[in-house]
Amino acid sequence: MIIRGDEPEQIRLLRKLYKPGNYFMQGNEAVAYGALFAGCRFYAGYPITPSSEIAETMARELPKLGGYYLQMEDEIGSIAAMIGASWTGFKVMTATAGPGFSLMQENLGYAVMTETPLVLVDVQRSGPSTGQATKGAQGDFFQARWGTHGDHPIVAVSPTSGQDAFWEIIRAFNIAERLRTPVVFLFDGVLAHTRELIKIPDVDEVEITYRKLPQNEEEAKLPFGDPHGDGVPPMPLFGHGYFTHVTGSTHKENGLRDVYTPEVHDRLVRRIHRKIEKNREVYEKYEEHFTDDAEILVVSWGVTARPALGAVLKAREAGIKAGLFVPKTVHPFPGERMRELGKRVRAILVPEMNLGQMILEVQRYVNDDVLLKGVNKIGGVPLTVEEILREIRGVA
Amino acid sequence: MPEIYSKYPMVKYLRKEALPTALCPGCGGGTVLNAFANAVDQLKLDPRDLVVVSGIGCSAWIASPYFLADTLHTTHGRAIVFATGVKVGLPDKKVVVISGDGDLASIGGNHLLHAARRNIDITVILVNNFIYGMTGGQVAPTTPFGAKTTTTPYRNIEHPFQISETIAAAGASYVARWTTAHVYQLIESIKKALTVKGFSLVEVISQCPVQFGRRNRMKEPAEMLRWFLKNSVPLAKARKMKPEELEGKFVIGEFVNRQRPEFIEELNKLINEVQEQFGLKEV
Repeated sequence: MIIRGDEPEQIRLLRKLYKPGNYFMQGNEAVAYGALFAGCRFYAGYPITPSSEIAETMARELPKLGGYYLQMEDEIGSIAAMIGASWTGFKVMTATAGPGFSLMQENLGYAVMTETPLVLVDVQRSGPSTGQATKGAQGDFFQARWGTHGDHPIVAVSPTSGQDAFWEIIRAFNIAERLRTPVVFLFDGVLAHTRELIKIPDVDEVEITYRKLPQNEEEAKLPFGDPHGDGVPPMPLFGHGYFTHVTGSTHKENGLRDVYTPEVHDRLVRRIHRKIEKNREVYEKYEEHFTDDAEILVVSWGVTARPALGAVLKAREAGIKAGLFVPKTVHPFPGERMRELGKRVRAILVPEMNLGQMILEVQRYVNDDVLLKGVNKIGGVPLTVEEILREIRGVA
Repeated sequence: MPEIYSKYPMVKYLRKEALPTALCPGCGGGTVLNAFANAVDQLKLDPRDLVVVSGIGCSAWIASPYFLADTLHTTHGRAIVFATGVKVGLPDKKVVVISGDGDLASIGGNHLLHAARRNIDITVILVNNFIYGMTGGQVAPTTPFGAKTTTTPYRNIEHPFQISETIAAAGASYVARWTTAHVYQLIESIKKALTVKGFSLVEVISQCPVQFGRRNRMKEPAEMLRWFLKNSVPLAKARKMKPEELEGKFVIGEFVNRQRPEFIEELNKLINEVQEQFGLKEV
């Protein structure tokens, strides 16, 4: 059994096609190139602003690497095709924006339930509904978490720049493969279309992970078991004679449906939760700036973390003890670290391009004696350094 | 051990631990599973070279989980697009979709059309029983005009979807329609569909005595089969008949059997061309 994308031939092709060095490119292109370095060789998608350049870059580059670009008839078909392809051993990705992400939700749940590795890029744009199709936003924080039905865990990664996006998409693939789970990549329309300097590394600098494959017949017979005790079952790929049965219905360790026994459902869904809870070191990631002695903490994510850092630097220049905490994996939220930081500060500001979403996660981990305030802006225009600085000054 | 395991030769193709099936007595689904197993047997296909994909509903259960192959039981309406991803990854395997009319032609209708247009090498066996069986007998896009269902308690005022005609027009390589009363023709068509390069559809008009027949004065399975036989019109004859004469009839036979460029072959050809153009082929 093989996972495509790691053959020596692929390394040779990557090295030949993409010379290490500095390039001037869009965030969307950085996502696409990162995915190629991560070993993604199957992309199925449906065009939607502001994500389309990811599809365009994949359509141009994948054939060079012997990979497959499929333009499907809609978003539902896109995620379905990539789940099918993932079961044949491909590392797979799709990219979409708000309305398309909504359409993918049912099959995102299917991927959670069937433990199918995939990366779903959501280039967030203004909503609800069609909203401002060409503008950026950070309004899908909870759609990523709670968009599909049922009790389910989710891992969502969110980068803060184009360069960050290159590395974070690779990390998203590694998490998906390591934990045999879908990973949502929360990008946004502002970073997607901003052109900036992106450094492309040598292939050797990129660490990549592949899903666990069954070591013997016994393991292959239990595609939803837990032979290694880490909650992550080895994945018997289609086409290898294992007669694997995969269903989104509640299933036993051998894959066969059993929707009548409460214990079977309980055991399956709790294990899917447990594999995410117990493997925090695989995905937990955050950045901190000046948090050691901070009295005012700014907590921000994605695109807004950049002006937030600018504002914290300016505040420091003005003698205000401000610090910045940036979750890079936003779901599951780095709650433990948030709780520690929350105990040490007087005020917490949460700038976001929405009317207050991540602030609710922050609130779960801080006590009432801390002043907690959102800095919110909608309309498709990012927050500026000055706007955030003004709020820091306001609570200083 | 139940007698079935020693007496019935096709049982070797079934996942024993999943038996007995959940299908109602008299359901046409058993005939379809039997025909499919016979087609696989007659072609001497190794089940390890098959991936069977299905959606949601009674007919989606026919081969998934019961057929012993890699099986993918997907979300409602999406079997064909899941199968598309599988086929890209496993171009040398036979990828088969077995599901119902509600699943493939209603919620999944757009995928069905586009798979035919793309002409991807997938075989679809569409079981048309005119009804949503599993959810309790509601009207389907294939329910005959005037028929009674739980959501058309007075009568159905919509016209049934002519699936085979539409998919033949959309560009499929092979399209045939039979009923569960035409078992030998059905097996031959499934064999052809599995062999032809490109998108193939075999529509099987099938009886649902429990949800459809019971409400339309045909509560015995045999009554439904007699209804199929009485109203089936071979394609050649149907071509000479007026539309009003064909009202309520089942046109049966092979709608198309032709060669057209196939999607996965074209995709791989394109990749080869691009790699050559950019000098990426290993010398």
